[in-house]
Amino acid sequence: MNTSTPDVQTLVVIGNGMVGHHCVEQLVERGALGRYRIEVFSEEPLRAYDRVHLSEYFAGRDAESLALGEASLYLTPGVTLHLGVPVLEIDRERREVITANGSLAYDKLVLATGSYPFVPPIEGAEGDSRLVYRTLADLDTIRAAAAQARRGVVVGGGLLGLEAANALKSLGLDAHVVEFAPRLMPVQLDDQGGQALKARIEALGVGVHLSKATQSISSGAEYRYRMNFAGEDFLETDLIVFSAGIRPQDALARQCGLELGARGGVAIDGQCLTSDADIFAIGECAAWNGSIFGLVAPGYQMARSVAAQLCGEDADPFIGADMSTKLKLLGVDVGSIGDAQGALPGARSYRFIDEASSSYRRLVVSADGKQALGAVLVGDNSYYDTLLQYVQNGIKLPADPASLILPAGEGAPALGADALPATATVCSCHNVSKGAICSAIDSGCTDVAGVKACTRAASGCGGCAALLKQVVEHELSARGVAVDKSLCEHFAYTRQELYALVRVEGIETFEEVLAKHGRGHVGCEICKPAIGSILASCWNRPIQDPWLVPLQDTNDTFMANMQKNGTYSVVPRIPGGEITPEGLIAIGEVAKKYRLYTKITGGQRIDLFGAQLHELPDIWGELIAAGFETGHAYGKSTRTVKSCVGSTWCRYGVQDSVKMALDIENRYKGLRSPHKLKFAVSGCTRECAEAQSKDVGVIATEKGWNLYVCGNGGMRPRHAELFATDLDDETLIRYIDRFLMFYIRTADKLQRTSVWRESLEGGLDYLKAVIIDDSLGLAEELEAQMQLVVDRYECEWANAIQDPEKLKRFRTFVNDGRGDPDIRFIDERGQRRPLRADEAGLISLVEEVV
Amino acid sequence: MIEASLQRNEVRGRWQAVCRREDLVPNSGVVAWVSNIQVALFYLKGEEGDQLFAVQNHDPLAQANVIGRGIVGHLGGNLVIASPLYKQHYRLEDGSCLEYPEQKLRVWPVRLQGDVVEVGVE
Repeated sequence: MNTSTPDVQTLVVIGNGMVGHHCVEQLVERGALGRYRIEVFSEEPLRAYDRVHLSEYFAGRDAESLALGEASLYLTPGVTLHLGVPVLEIDRERREVITANGSLAYDKLVLATGSYPFVPPIEGAEGDSRLVYRTLADLDTIRAAAAQARRGVVVGGGLLGLEAANALKSLGLDAHVVEFAPRLMPVQLDDQGGQALKARIEALGVGVHLSKATQSISSGAEYRYRMNFAGEDFLETDLIVFSAGIRPQDALARQCGLELGARGGVAIDGQCLTSDADIFAIGECAAWNGSIFGLVAPGYQMARSVAAQLCGEDADPFIGADMSTKLKLLGVDVGSIGDAQGALPGARSYRFIDEASSSYRRLVVSADGKQALGAVLVGDNSYYDTLLQYVQNGIKLPADPASLILPAGEGAPALGADALPATATVCSCHNVSKGAICSAIDSGCTDVAGVKACTRAASGCGGCAALLKQVVEHELSARGVAVDKSLCEHFAYTRQELYALVRVEGIETFEEVLAKHGRGHVGCEICKPAIGSILASCWNRPIQDPWLVPLQDTNDTFMANMQKNGTYSVVPRIPGGEITPEGLIAIGEVAKKYRLYTKITGGQRIDLFGAQLHELPDIWGELIAAGFETGHAYGKSTRTVKSCVGSTWCRYGVQDSVKMALDIENRYKGLRSPHKLKFAVSGCTRECAEAQSKDVGVIATEKGWNLYVCGNGGMRPRHAELFATDLDDETLIRYIDRFLMFYIRTADKLQRTSVWRESLEGGLDYLKAVIIDDSLGLAEELEAQMQLVVDRYECEWANAIQDPEKLKRFRTFVNDGRGDPDIRFIDERGQRRPLRADEAGLISLVEEVV
Repeated sequence: MIEASLQRNEVRGRWQAVCRREDLVPNSGVVAWVSNIQVALFYLKGEEGDQLFAVQNHDPLAQANVIGRGIVGHLGGNLVIASPLYKQHYRLEDGSCLEYPEQKLRVWPVRLQGDVVEVGVE
């Protein structure tokens, strides 16, 4: 039956979980197919999937998206995956594995059978009172059981138990956790950490019952089952999920007589070799030094070691593994590092407890106070990366170790990338050290993506992504690598250079820019919108014209702002914030008709949220009929001109700020720019319009207008600077024309006026010279450019709804009139808002009850 | 012995007509409703002729049905779609995510029969 050539041996891998799959991946990568034909057997009917993110299956992820790696791996000649084919026996004498479909001879064998959930022997535990949480099939069973249930209980308050409780909650059940120990996560946390976690989890509406051992399960009165604890104590529920720990899946090893660990599991040595020299065991079925490692990282470590040995390479011996973990359970951050409970001799602790927010942090240090040994975190994992590095790499603690866990004004103190030794592990999933990252950079990687591709760092659980970025950036600048100014891989130019090329050559399409000055024929999501913006700044053609559509980010494409659930917000322009009662009523009626969430913005406009794609044309049809125009809230463009009521109504106002605000907004409303633009006009120095926080601020004086430029709000607020004083209306507009066009011409992609101003050599004086004194002789040209944009202004929505071809784009589905059935809302304070994932089940429950 | 049951690139099911060529947007995406699944269709017109791709519309990271509204791009030799919400890149060819290798979009075979767009469904 084995027809392969004699020098190709047969390697059988039993188990296609995360570890078994990683082993096959590593084998193929290291060239094992030159020596072996690889036969993989999987009991489950599915290819290896990501068990770490299993719970996301309930939040809407499908089995396919949880699958690991490329399916094509198992289509590689020489690799065969037998799905849904359990191995029944191993005949070590004949060196054969026996399955229901026949037997197969092996030369080398790798056991990667993993573990199974432990269900304590409890009387009455069967059917829906005996569910487990391990495979996708288990989750399907739980989902089916939950459909007829109101309450669900998880037995076991460890990592997986809390995940399971979260899953029950997301299915809409009243969820409870029952734990035998006096605290949650007894292995990873200490008492106070357990308390803080309990408080947080209870606050989320999950019941927590500690120090409870289930003696038996009987029929319930109010719910289906009754869990009887010691004494009279009991809890009723409709279904029970056991998550009381795992046991190594060592049945095959027992059957074929391999040596086992003291507490089960296939005994292995440092080479992951079992008592049979042709059989390896890796992952959760293997016992090293009597211990089972229930995390994916140690399993991966074993898989790499075995793959290397089978390919004739030297492999580092397995010498145990770090069991530190960082998790988000039910949205609560939990971290456990090293000796979390201070069990090592002489260990001392620093603790920070915040009862108000149920946060807890503990740092365990050595007797001499110089080394960090472990840590516990509940409530905030931003401290995790730094503490892990201190513990793992024996970095000398600062004089005041408490500072590492105390709240600092700006969040956790970061350990500088330069403080890490070369041996420091940055990515524990793929075992990548800082030294390996440095070598990758030395051998030519010039960015995070390159280092990631080369070392696989941050491609496992992803928890080290922030640290990786820090290390890469630090190392690059240490090597004096000049930051590449290329827009992207398609254009070796800056935005400014491309702007000049577009203007000088009069180019109006992306294809022409790409053909003349770029590479390839597709572009990407960096250069397309950037060039789309340049074309708009220069020529102001209707954004829905077919050759411009593929360039735009979704907001510009659909002329509305995409929000988190895929719906859009609609913002009609309200120039200067001035609006008639009829206008307000019209907006109100549209909002009511389409059930849009309505909010008045900081820029004196009204935001309407929650519209689906196919509703946008109707909504805009009605708004346009009522006299509104698009507000360009979706573009890097002129947004609002805020104003006070000025001399018209205000007893202090010295100029008509509303009229000026209207003039400015109407002049620049179609202008696209590197970043969004905001303006304000105040009628006197009391500054009710807050003009000094805007890109362009105008404040009335007795003699005219004072002009301020380059201010902004946002993350890094900057006050605008006084640019010119006591201007008449005409000069004011002329200066603003020149200023804006000069900014558009010279700023970088997505650069605010404030950041552009900081980077201007010669500072404000230079800017004044260019704009006011026309030192570059550009004034006339800048004004002419602005005039072209102004003359070509057209309401983009009015343009789109006149054109049936353009409207075709606004269909949720091209072949079906329905809306997106996954978009769901919930009422809050009298309006609709998006339903959160964790509320999905709750609603269906409410609907059922009603 | 036993054959692997993974043959993703072959159509074992049937071709289903979902829309017409003029419903597609050149160099961008649209979304079709195919047997209760939301499928994003991307239509690329290039020097080597036209190319069609069908991938799942559900963005697994943002948990919203938006992939069809992203920008098509070319990165490091891969044709990709950038999620419009958080900008991860997925290869149009096989749906794999460049930033998060464990994430993957489902892909379907898709073809033009004359002016009719057909998706291979199981």
